[in-house]
Amino acid sequence: MILNTDILEIIAIFAVTVALAIPLGRYIAKVYHGERTILDPVFNPIEKTIYKLMGIDPAEEMNWKQHLVTLLTINVIWYPITMFILMNQNWLPLNPDKIPAMSPDLAFHSTCSFITNCFQQHYSGETGMSYFSQLVVMFSMFFLTPAITLAAMAVVFNALRERTAGKLGNFFNYYVKSITRILLPISLIAAIVFLFNGMPMTFHGTHTFTTLQGDTANVARGPLAAFESIKMLGLNGGGFFGVNSAHPFENPNFFTNMIENIFHILLPIATVFALGFYLNRKKLAWMIFAVMTIGFLLLLVPAVFYELKGNPAITHMGIDNSLGNLEGKEIRFGTAASAFWSITATSSMNGATNCMHDSFMPLSGGMQLLGIMVNSLYGGVGTGILGFFVIIILTVFIGSLMIGRTPQFLGKKLGMREIKIAVIITLLHPFLSLVGTALACSFPNLTNATLGNPAFHGFTEMIYEYTSASSADGSGFAGLGNNTPWWNISCGIVILFGRFLPIIGAVAIAGILGNKIYLGDSAGTLVTDSPTFGLMVFSMIFIIAALTFYPAMAIGPFAEYFSMPH
Amino acid sequence: MIKHILPSIKLSIISLLLFVGIYTLVVWGIAYAVAPNHGNGEVVQVNGKTVGYKLVGQSFTQPKYFNGRPSAVSYNAAGSGGSNKGPSNPDYLKGVQSAIDTFLVYNPTVKKAELPVELVTMSGSGLDPDISPKAAMVQIARIASVRHLSEGQLTALVNKHIEKPWFGPAHVNVLLLNVDLDKL
Repeated sequence: MILNTDILEIIAIFAVTVALAIPLGRYIAKVYHGERTILDPVFNPIEKTIYKLMGIDPAEEMNWKQHLVTLLTINVIWYPITMFILMNQNWLPLNPDKIPAMSPDLAFHSTCSFITNCFQQHYSGETGMSYFSQLVVMFSMFFLTPAITLAAMAVVFNALRERTAGKLGNFFNYYVKSITRILLPISLIAAIVFLFNGMPMTFHGTHTFTTLQGDTANVARGPLAAFESIKMLGLNGGGFFGVNSAHPFENPNFFTNMIENIFHILLPIATVFALGFYLNRKKLAWMIFAVMTIGFLLLLVPAVFYELKGNPAITHMGIDNSLGNLEGKEIRFGTAASAFWSITATSSMNGATNCMHDSFMPLSGGMQLLGIMVNSLYGGVGTGILGFFVIIILTVFIGSLMIGRTPQFLGKKLGMREIKIAVIITLLHPFLSLVGTALACSFPNLTNATLGNPAFHGFTEMIYEYTSASSADGSGFAGLGNNTPWWNISCGIVILFGRFLPIIGAVAIAGILGNKIYLGDSAGTLVTDSPTFGLMVFSMIFIIAALTFYPAMAIGPFAEYFSMPH
Repeated sequence: MIKHILPSIKLSIISLLLFVGIYTLVVWGIAYAVAPNHGNGEVVQVNGKTVGYKLVGQSFTQPKYFNGRPSAVSYNAAGSGGSNKGPSNPDYLKGVQSAIDTFLVYNPTVKKAELPVELVTMSGSGLDPDISPKAAMVQIARIASVRHLSEGQLTALVNKHIEKPWFGPAHVNVLLLNVDLDKL
């Protein structure tokens, strides 16, 4: 039972991911370094044309403040466009299924959620979004949002090099290259693989026919092959259909499930290695990868164990419960691979699901929740490594003080401003998640009726919703009836703060460090790529998550666990 | 900020053309040219009439067919959804118990301990096209008696339909199984 094929499948998916992530990381480092790659003859002319059309000079370097202004400008432009399309999709073209316009509060939430790569969805794709909205809004955001964070990551990488520099490359250049050289080619290949596994790619609307047993059936379709590949690769995670990758058209078989699952954590892991290659500090990259992976495994093992064990309340009914907890899961993926997916989804901030998190056993659902609470195990595209960078800064500060040394990271002295920013960013996520939940609990007349399940589980649904919004994960305990003004507006605000402040903070810290004099390492510097330092980083993550979130975990998943039969 | 607005607007327009225009058209073109059924989804036909999609489960409630899993949306493929019931929810557990009782009424020869859990729990999409081989086997006695067929014949049919991919759980596509069942 312990090492059956289910477990081997999971190990295989993870091993393939790491095997792909290392060379991809090397490639990403080359792209942002501006080194030559074999695909230059293809990409150079395309990029040159784009720069010419935009009227910019990619060699014109920006300082960290200019980078942030550019980043925010792109978002400011897309905000009203997205909002307008969602609120007017009823009369806009490509709407064969006559889907109505979104209400203002739903459009507000969706827009906040899309431009931030969160893709928390308070609507169901089949009935809430026209093909035009899916195409123009979703496809654009699927490429745009990961490209923005990858570009921000490139700025941070550039700032951490062994030199003193205020100029940190060109944001547009990083942005365009993220798309042309990383996101677009990989998506295109995956989309073609998906096509041959039966994923539809069509603009025809719902198909009505008579089933074998004589009922009338309606089957919604769409341009899914192109949609899925970038949805997963860019860690976007917004479903075309309401049930996301549990839908047979979004995820037809175990093979596509493997590819989609690999994409969950491919770019987050690759960017960790990219940092190592870019700064020529491979040991540092392995330290980060090891800390993330140990944390990931601590979430994964209990989740898989409790799902395979099944629901004890159902075992007591006397039926064959050997396939595990299958409520909310699909037979073609099975229990173990679904549990694995759910943990990759919640530790990578992708938020695409192939099973219903709401129906997981208390402790495995608790592990998903812990993943988005910790928010730095693998993490999102670019944002994962940025978040981890902030935690490293804090650890260097505390660690150096513990042994009486000047806090210094990669040859740059850490000052008060950087530490202040790092502390604020680290506490922001627990603050947004917990205050949001506390407010939701204080207005039971607005939230009580929206809960999909009673008692402790209902509380978990609420805390999950805000933690998912704040971490830009976007998955949900979907039993929550969240398309109400309360949830739409409060989650929308949480999403905006939870996304932009950490990016701004990380770029600011790196920018300030970049401007400082490069001192180099001496015998008195705290070593930041040793296992000891890794352990300290891990403790740091554990202490922050444990101290801030433990009470919430106790009222939600733990209480539900202890209230159930065993 | 002003300096970046114009390039950002141009970038947005280029993005639209590139992703929504070129990227989608290329994938759609490949789908139309070479993918199964021009990328419209693989359909299952009986006597030239479409009776379903291979990938999308449909409702089989009649005793003469192999039944699929319970669905929170009654297999409405224009509005997928799971039950989203929590494992300790008393209403949910009551529902599972009544699904067990119903199954045993329709399949009196099956022992309770043989009833696989997926036949009383709802799938994530509400459109699960598959059941496990065990879940097909426990329905054989019922179908044999309704259709006056031999159990051996049906066991052979189910065995023919078990798909065991190189990775992933073994499963039986309920629609394809029932199409062949009608041919017996």
